[in-house]
Amino acid sequence: MITLEHYLAVAAILFVIGIFGIFVNRKNVIVILMSIELMLLAVNINFVAFSAHLNDLVGQIFTLFVLTVAAAEAAIGLAILVCFFRNRGTIAVEDVNVMKG
Amino acid sequence: MTITVLAFYLFALTAIVSGFLVVMARNPVHSVLWLILAFFSAAGLFVLMGAEYIAMLLAIVYVGAVAVLFLFVVMMLDVDFTQLKSGMSKFMGIGSLIGLVLLGELALVFGHWKFAEQAQDLRAAVTPSLDEAHNTIALGQLIYTDYIYMFQTAGLILLVAMIGAIVLTLRHRDDVKRQNISEQVLRNPKDAMELKDVKPGQGL
Repeated sequence: MITLEHYLAVAAILFVIGIFGIFVNRKNVIVILMSIELMLLAVNINFVAFSAHLNDLVGQIFTLFVLTVAAAEAAIGLAILVCFFRNRGTIAVEDVNVMKG
Repeated sequence: MTITVLAFYLFALTAIVSGFLVVMARNPVHSVLWLILAFFSAAGLFVLMGAEYIAMLLAIVYVGAVAVLFLFVVMMLDVDFTQLKSGMSKFMGIGSLIGLVLLGELALVFGHWKFAEQAQDLRAAVTPSLDEAHNTIALGQLIYTDYIYMFQTAGLILLVAMIGAIVLTLRHRDDVKRQNISEQVLRNPKDAMELKDVKPGQGL
């Protein structure tokens, strides 16, 4: 029998993989963006698992909004990336200090 | 072992393995393809949980739009990805350490958690039974009534993201010839042509 804990375990592992990916691919901003998508996917799995377990639809509605924000974030992130590549000719983010922030 | 259990383990294992390969793949195009597989298996998990609408949304929005966007960007940028991968082993140790610590913390939380006693009473929107309305209808009935402002805000976020992406990537290149329609329309024959009286036997 598959219980809530099974889904939570999958989501936790996916989330940790996302964080691991951010640390490992320090230079490659595209893979960092993909890792963020993985983490958001893990959060969505959590939301839907609790929604299904408690019989409460609001979790699924919140998942919709997380999906919206994730899509917007990916679009803006990739646009910034393309812009950065045009100016610098590289996407190595390890030494991004143009703004001296 | 029922088919549900089998399907759960299949989708869960595929999601985790392909998620791991997303961050470890040498070639970012392969990363994107593994990401697509991870999204598909997560959609399978959602179907198992009875959230068909979210599952279809994941397949259409994520696989159809976001992952393809990633694929386009990865293929369009002319970047030496092997050079970007060079520091990977340097961060492997600290990355896996932090990952293991975080996983351990989550496992600790796992051992000691319980639902609040009033959790069942605090539900904002109880899922209607399947005879009354299936998942998509039930979600629609909620989104277009109680959550209409949030729904419209989500639309606004997407609009702002779209405008932002266009503004960031649009550029006017000076070396391209463009058509200026108002300039063309505003031309009149007096400025545009001149009559010359050419005498016979002579050129201009």
